[in-house]
Amino acid sequence: MLEIKNLHVDLEEEDKTILKGVDLTVEAGKVHAIMGPNGSGKSTLSYVLSGRDGYTVTEGSATLDGQDLLDMETEERAAAGLFLAFQYPVEIPGVGNMTFLRTAVNAQRKARGQDEISASDFLKLVREKAKALEIDADMLKRPVNVGFSGGEKKRNEILQMAVLEPRMCILDETDSGLDVDAMKLVANGVNSLRDAGRGFLVITHYQRLLDHIVPDVVHIMSEGRIIKSGGPELALEVEKNGYADLKAEVA
Amino acid sequence: MVAAPQAKTDTTMQIDAMRLPEGGAWITAAREEALARLRATGLPQRRDEYWKFTRPDSLTLAEAPRAALFEDGDEPEMFGDMDRLRLVFVDGVFDPEASDDPELAGVRIERLADVAGQDLHWARDLYGTLEAGGQTPVPRPLAALNTALAEDGVLIHVTGKASKPINLVYHHRSETSDALLHHVVKLDAGAELTVLENGPAAARFNNVMEVDVADEARFHHVRVQGRDHERRAATHVFARLGRESAFKSFTMTANGVMTRNECVINLTGDDASAHVAGAAMGDGDFHQDDTVFVTHDAERCESRQVFKKVLRNGATGVFQGKILVKPGAQKTDGYQISQSLLLDGDSQFLAKPELEIYADDVACSHGSTSGAIDEDALYYLRSRGIPRPIATDLLVLSFLAEAVEEIAEESLRDEVTTRLSGWLERRRG
Repeated sequence: MLEIKNLHVDLEEEDKTILKGVDLTVEAGKVHAIMGPNGSGKSTLSYVLSGRDGYTVTEGSATLDGQDLLDMETEERAAAGLFLAFQYPVEIPGVGNMTFLRTAVNAQRKARGQDEISASDFLKLVREKAKALEIDADMLKRPVNVGFSGGEKKRNEILQMAVLEPRMCILDETDSGLDVDAMKLVANGVNSLRDAGRGFLVITHYQRLLDHIVPDVVHIMSEGRIIKSGGPELALEVEKNGYADLKAEVA
Repeated sequence: MVAAPQAKTDTTMQIDAMRLPEGGAWITAAREEALARLRATGLPQRRDEYWKFTRPDSLTLAEAPRAALFEDGDEPEMFGDMDRLRLVFVDGVFDPEASDDPELAGVRIERLADVAGQDLHWARDLYGTLEAGGQTPVPRPLAALNTALAEDGVLIHVTGKASKPINLVYHHRSETSDALLHHVVKLDAGAELTVLENGPAAARFNNVMEVDVADEARFHHVRVQGRDHERRAATHVFARLGRESAFKSFTMTANGVMTRNECVINLTGDDASAHVAGAAMGDGDFHQDDTVFVTHDAERCESRQVFKKVLRNGATGVFQGKILVKPGAQKTDGYQISQSLLLDGDSQFLAKPELEIYADDVACSHGSTSGAIDEDALYYLRSRGIPRPIATDLLVLSFLAEAVEEIAEESLRDEVTTRLSGWLERRRG
């Protein structure tokens, strides 16, 4: 479903190469995890896939269901089914969470040639999804992420994911800043979306999130490349021995 | 500095040519005094410090520049869903046929054009008084001109809590109309009133509202200046606030080649509060100026100025805001913020925030910023599938929200937000 081939990416501002040939395929129905030390390029990969400004792809390709992602605007990628749960969700004062969600749902439906969702159907849909994530009516009414705690922001990301029902979900360090209870809520939210038609790419520093969202494949990223791939046991190995051993082993 | 004699002669000649309207004893006296004030200051000119950022020419020319009429199409009526008492003016003349009966419990409403021979002592004591007081330390000649020459307007005396808002509706029907309206609002102790104003009014509109808010009274003002792009307006709101009284005024400005809104507030009773806010959206040859002067002359008063402007395609926004804290006005809490969102490199925001403080136990702050759309927020919205133009509009509304939230009543806030989104939607490519 998501196919990344030999992806090379420069950071425009610093004229620095961040990704140096990433190869990765995420199949429908599978959860892939990427682990790696700080600065290895994990977050850059998520930004490049979703189309953030400031990065230049110098080589390679990235496709979603055969469509060239790199040739699309950020909003087109979203409408094509790509979703990125942000590490640092942005606060938008003055725009209600519901207005934001509804605008997003309808924009994606429009892009796919579907009719707008009715106000009552939308309300029903959001309420149902919000309940599972323990997001109350007050949080839905408040401006997007404004005054939300770290945990509330992450739950709000998963709510957006649940409402938008993307084909391919990328979670960028969704576990950062979460206590155990919030992590469980988030993980349950993600697990309930696991589906034969949907792929996940979970980016994380630590193994603990993967106790709750059990991956099919784990990749280790270092210095802009995936240096090792394996099953869930690879995450445990990293947890035990750190990244340095792995790097030495590959080198 | 001595004014250039030639220019001075020009405005003196223009002022000498002005003829006061017919009226009874007290109104004529008030007009003559106002004309004398105008004569002393002359009309505003480009070299005046207070007009540094806004060219007064089109507001002072003997004849109003022509302004094309806007086809309102199927746009719903402003404040249309609200229970309100409508008083309609067409090109600056009251239209009783189009208006509601001016009957409201606890409120007396008179027409300025009808005051001749009537002894309305409450109106007599107020008409031109706050305007005259507002001429120092900075002259406001266009307001004196208004007091002298305005023939129409409403005089409102509020003795209780008005059960619904009074809505002054200003229609523009003639491309060359030059309208002056002068309103007087007197709120007795403990009285409450909301005044709504909307409509383009005329090709050129000079509007003055004097508001006397007695002890524990509350005045709420929401104004929408929109539509007809070529119109020009100079408006003044003068307010005097008594002990524990509250004054709230919000103005939305969209379109208009020239708008100067001055607001002059005097906090004269202890524990009073005054909030003035504005949200302006300009596209192209738009020039909008908010000039605010708040004087704290009593203890423990609170004042707030919140002004936001969104500017694109070369539009210009101006903010001149001052907080003056007089000796003895201890425990003053003064706040002022003016911000602009510049959607391109051609637009400009000119700001002159000022504090002048003569008391030692006060908390005053002010800030002014200009910025562009937040790229991180734009990316976040787009990553959810919201196309760039819609995402930009959401961020514009987000930017203006802090000013709109100054409107106390939710239904009015929603109405204003709907108008702001409508304006943005019509401009989407």
